[in-house]
Amino acid sequence: MGYLNGFKVTFLKLFEERVTTEYPKEKRPKPARFHGRHVLNRYEDGMEKCIGCELCAGVCPAKCIYVRGADNPEAAPVSPGERYGYVYEINYLRCIHCDLCVEACPTEAITESKLFEFSFTNRADAIYTKAELVVDDEGLPQRQPWELWHDGDDLATSGWMRATASSGNPDYQNRISWSGELGYGVRDPEIGQHLSNVRDEADVPEGQYPSADSGDHH
Amino acid sequence: MTGDPLYLDGVDLVDVSIMAVKVLVAFTFLLVATMFMVWFERKLISDMQNRIGPNVAGPWGLLQTFADGVKFFFKEDLRPENADPLVFRLAPYISAVTAFLSFAVVPIGGSFGGGSSGTVTIFGRETYLQVADPPIGILFLLAMSSIAVYGVMLAGWASGSKYPLIGSVRASAQAISYEAALGMATVVVVVLAGTLSTHGIVAAQSGGFTRWFLVSSGIVPFIVFLIAATAELNRPPFDLVEAEQELVGGFHTEYSSIRFALFFLAEFMNVITMSAIMVTLFFGGPAGPIFFGMTWFWPTIWFLLKVLAFLFVFVWFRATLPRLRYDQLMHLGWKLLIPLILFWLMFISLKELRATYDWNWVVTYGAAFVALAIGGSLLVAALRAGDRAYQEELEEV
Repeated sequence: MGYLNGFKVTFLKLFEERVTTEYPKEKRPKPARFHGRHVLNRYEDGMEKCIGCELCAGVCPAKCIYVRGADNPEAAPVSPGERYGYVYEINYLRCIHCDLCVEACPTEAITESKLFEFSFTNRADAIYTKAELVVDDEGLPQRQPWELWHDGDDLATSGWMRATASSGNPDYQNRISWSGELGYGVRDPEIGQHLSNVRDEADVPEGQYPSADSGDHH
Repeated sequence: MTGDPLYLDGVDLVDVSIMAVKVLVAFTFLLVATMFMVWFERKLISDMQNRIGPNVAGPWGLLQTFADGVKFFFKEDLRPENADPLVFRLAPYISAVTAFLSFAVVPIGGSFGGGSSGTVTIFGRETYLQVADPPIGILFLLAMSSIAVYGVMLAGWASGSKYPLIGSVRASAQAISYEAALGMATVVVVVLAGTLSTHGIVAAQSGGFTRWFLVSSGIVPFIVFLIAATAELNRPPFDLVEAEQELVGGFHTEYSSIRFALFFLAEFMNVITMSAIMVTLFFGGPAGPIFFGMTWFWPTIWFLLKVLAFLFVFVWFRATLPRLRYDQLMHLGWKLLIPLILFWLMFISLKELRATYDWNWVVTYGAAFVALAIGGSLLVAALRAGDRAYQEELEEV
């Protein structure tokens, strides 16, 4: 009865569980490496990380980033290096949230928060400048009136940067290769990246990280 | 009016008011049922496709059709420049009106078993629970379903656009092909019941499950009728008339606003009517067990449940079967359904004739067998030759 098997399939579907998430009503938790709206990070001492090198602008496939660098004023330097980004603009009418800018950045200055529910009504609001992108004095992203933030969206802003850092490579295992952030200090590696030289094994919650032996790839 | 469907004895105010109430009830019932059917189809097909379906308008999305209807009313009513003004406006009404009219002859209630003849008493008059019971009820149904094709045909022709025209040409070819099988499956029932009146057909099926024509006609006419009805309704898997991938929207491509809504309404109304007709012809109409002596209540409930089962089946077809190719459609209609139902009609007629005139068993069925053998082999030979010619044609291309 090959012709009738399809009827059984469609009938049994009636009793299957639905996978739909009814989006505006219920929202799924976002993964740690979610690509949302960008932030420009600062070091623990409050200095900006951006050095105005324009690598992010160069790598951007949507050509949505505009950067101009300038020499740091000697009296009050903005960044620890020689130069700083004195114009930094991202056009969110163009950005595709590919995070290539995050991977290209040599100083981990640009990372992405988990915010994606933002809706502007004019072009000026769509173009974020340094005034909106740089994190505030607590190290948290600044909130604009047209953005809908949820709890936790603004916390782990550098997840994708840390995941693609060299510590993800087995040869660099157990080495933290990223710098501290304002308000957080040096962040812990993700699950699966080893912690043994970061802090005491006893501090690691049971089952949260694999033990040092099991993940030895050398 | 019982037994006097043509009002030969004259009409008084009570007759008129009973008729007015019946028309109003049937009209309202059909509209509400159509509204519910659209929701039912969308909800059920989404369930069969692991989706949720409409769930925002009203509880469980029940008011979705209402919301759609309101939207249709406020849409701009477009008419293409090349369209024929009169026919373009007329076509949706032909579809909708025939859909309404067919339902008028379907008995939706009344107890038929145990001596009662399916009447209820309203205003002191005995009357049937159906709007009208013309002596030619079944012919009326077939006529309405044929006229409904004009709605589609004229809509496509009057649009002055090529896709609607192709869609409507397909519609008329399909309707003609399947009307033959549909009609002959109906004739089997008529032969068994001995009457063309829908009320008479239901009455002939009273007295238990085995008296239903589904059983006593040997299930084949029902299956043929179900397939042909699906094709007549232009529903999947026979929805070539409005095959989106090839014809945009088919015959209603150029229609918008309330005119499109009328087509939409007619389509779903026809599904309900066709289900009701199948229940009437093969499933004993409102027949079913009666509890607590509520003879006016249970038959209608049974009727509605049976119709609901068929509505489910139609949606199930749509969820399961992919659309047929045009040659497959014609192949199924002409080379399978029509010969099959033709044979079945002959067989049932012969059986009835033999019972009526008390012919000899051996002679009757012996002659029938010889005739079948000759006719069958001629038919098979013809079909084979046709297939060979078709294959050769394909190879040449």
